[in-house]
Amino acid sequence: MSFPWAKEYKPGHPLMQWLDEKLPLPRFVYNAVGAGYPVPRNLNYMWNFGVLAGFCLALQIVTGVILAMHYAANGSVAFDSVEHIMRDVNWGWMLRYAHANGASAFFVVVYIHIFRGFFYSSYKAPREMIWLLGVVIFLLMMATAFMGYVLPWGQMSFWGAKVITGLFGAIPVVGQPLQVWLLGGYAPDNAALNRFFSLHFLLPFVIAGVIILHIWALHIPGSSNPTGVEVKQESDTVPFHPYYTAKDGFGLGVFLILYCAVLFFAPNMLGHPDNYIPANPLSTPAHIVPEWYFWPFYAILRAFTSDFFFIPAKLMGVLAMFSAILVWFFLPWLDTSPVRSGHYRPLFRKAFYLLLVDVVVLGYCGGAPAAEPFVMISQIASMYYFLHFLVILPIVSSIEKPAPLPYSITEAVLGKDEGAVLHANPTAA
Amino acid sequence: MADEASIDPADVTGEGVRRRDFINIAAVSFAGVGGLAVLYPLISQMSPSADVLAESSTEIDISAIQPGQAIKAVFRKQPVFVRNLTPVEIAEAEKVDTGSLRDPQTLDERTKAGKKNWLITMGVCTHLGCVPLGAGEGEVRGEFGGYFCPCHGSSYDTAARIRKGPAPKNLEVPSYEFTSDTVVKIG
Repeated sequence: MSFPWAKEYKPGHPLMQWLDEKLPLPRFVYNAVGAGYPVPRNLNYMWNFGVLAGFCLALQIVTGVILAMHYAANGSVAFDSVEHIMRDVNWGWMLRYAHANGASAFFVVVYIHIFRGFFYSSYKAPREMIWLLGVVIFLLMMATAFMGYVLPWGQMSFWGAKVITGLFGAIPVVGQPLQVWLLGGYAPDNAALNRFFSLHFLLPFVIAGVIILHIWALHIPGSSNPTGVEVKQESDTVPFHPYYTAKDGFGLGVFLILYCAVLFFAPNMLGHPDNYIPANPLSTPAHIVPEWYFWPFYAILRAFTSDFFFIPAKLMGVLAMFSAILVWFFLPWLDTSPVRSGHYRPLFRKAFYLLLVDVVVLGYCGGAPAAEPFVMISQIASMYYFLHFLVILPIVSSIEKPAPLPYSITEAVLGKDEGAVLHANPTAA
Repeated sequence: MADEASIDPADVTGEGVRRRDFINIAAVSFAGVGGLAVLYPLISQMSPSADVLAESSTEIDISAIQPGQAIKAVFRKQPVFVRNLTPVEIAEAEKVDTGSLRDPQTLDERTKAGKKNWLITMGVCTHLGCVPLGAGEGEVRGEFGGYFCPCHGSSYDTAARIRKGPAPKNLEVPSYEFTSDTVVKIG
C-alpha cells in the first residue's frame, strides 16, 4: 500500500506513542487522509467530488438521525409528524429542508463523481474494484433515497412506493408474491412504511461501510489523475495534507454556498407540490414522477411501450432500467483502450460528450409527461445509451489513435522531467 | 500428554479420512442447517400479517348503481371498480375479436353468468399499479370507453380489457359472489 516515499507517522507526544502501540488509529488516519498519503500533484477540481460525497453522507446521517427523533413511522400520523417537524419543532423546518435538499446535493456530486470516472476512465486497471464498489454505493444510494422519499407519506410518497414496488411485480411467476412480500400487504400501508423507515435508517451506515472499502481499494494503487499516466516517482506526488485538504476545503466552501442558496432561498425547488397532499390510496396524482435524480432511469423504464417478442413491455422496461446501471459493472472490460484520460483520446472524448447530452435528454424526458414527443425521444435516447456502452465504446477503444502521452505527471506539469530525457535516450546515462 | 498408542496413524500422516473430518463435516452441517432455519422467520415476518389478511373480504351494496354508472369501493386497501354496463357497452365488448387482444378474454369469462352487466374489477392498472380513471362521475374513459390510466396512458375497453398502452394484462377480476341481487361479497 502507498508509495515508498510516503511519509511515516511519528507520534510526538508520549500519550500518542502509547496510543500508537495499543491502537494505531491516528496512524491509520495519517496514512489515509493525512501527510502519509502521496497524491498526484496535478489533480483538478473534478477530484474534489469524492470528498464532497463523503461530506453529503455525513450531512444526511446527522440531519436524518435528528429528524428520526421527531418523526413517527405510522400511516395515520406520518404526514402530520412531518408537518409537526416543519411547524412546531425548533429549527425543524431547516433540518428537514437540509435533509431533503441534502439528498439532491448528494446526487449532484455523485453524478459529477461518476462522470469524472467516465471521462478519465478511472474504472480501468488497476482500479476496477474501486469502480465496482462505487456502483454498489450508487445502487444503495438509490434504494435509500427512494425509501426516504416514501416516509413523509404524501401523495408522491405513496404512489412512488406503489409504482416502484410494482416494478418487481413485472418479474415472471414470482413477481406478484415478491411485491406483496416487499410491501407486507397488497398496497403500501403501515407495514411498508415501517420497514422503509427501518431500512432508510440502516442503509446509510451500510453505505458508509462500502465507502471504507471504496477508499481502501483506492489507496492500494493510489489516486488516478487527469493525465491518466501512473505515478512514477516522488516528484509526481504531493502529500494529501496539507495540499489536498486545502484544495478540498476550498471546494467544500463553494459547494456549501450553492447548497445553502437552495436550502434557504428555494427549498422546494426540487420537490413536488403533490407530496404536501396526504397519501390517498384511491386517487392517483395526474402526473407521477420520481425525484429528479431518477429521471434518466425512469425515462428508460417508460421507453418500452410494446412487447418485445415474448417479453411483455413492462418487464422489458424494468430489465432495461436495471441494466442501465448494471452495464457500469462491465465498463472496465468494455473499454479496452490502454490510454485512460479523455484528454488524449479524441474519438472517445466526442463519445463521452454525446453520452452526457444523451443522459440529460433522458433526464428531461423522464420528468416530462408520458406523451409524444417525449416517448419517442426517450426511446431513441435509451437506444443510444446502451449503444454507447455496448457498441461505441468497444469500437472506439480499438480503432482510435490516441494523442501522445506525457512521460510523467511531472513532465505534464512542469513541461520537462529529467527522467524523461533518460527514458528517451537510455545511452546518455 | 496423549497416550501414544491411542493416536490414529491417519491423524499423524494427514492422509485418508480421519475421525476429525467426520466431526468437522457433521458440526458445520448441523450449524449450517440451524442457521438456514433461522432465516425462515426472518423472511416470513415480511409477508402480510394476520390483521392485513383479515381484511380480505368486503361486502358492497350495488342497488344504487344505474346502468352506465360505476363506483369505487375498497378491497384490501386497494380500489375496486363495480360497473353497471349499458347494453351498448356490452355489445361493444362482445363484438371484439378476442384473438386480437393482448390478454384474450371474453366478457362472459370476466363476469358471472346471468349478471353480464356487472363488471367487477380491481381499480389497479396492471402496468405499475396506478388507479385508472373512468369509475368516477365525469372522468375520462379513454378511447375504448372503459378505463384510462393517466400515469402511462393504458386504455381499457368496456370489459376492462387492455387495448392500448404499456399495461400487460386486463384489469384483474377479484374472486367475488353475489350474496343477493343487490349485494356483492368480494374476496
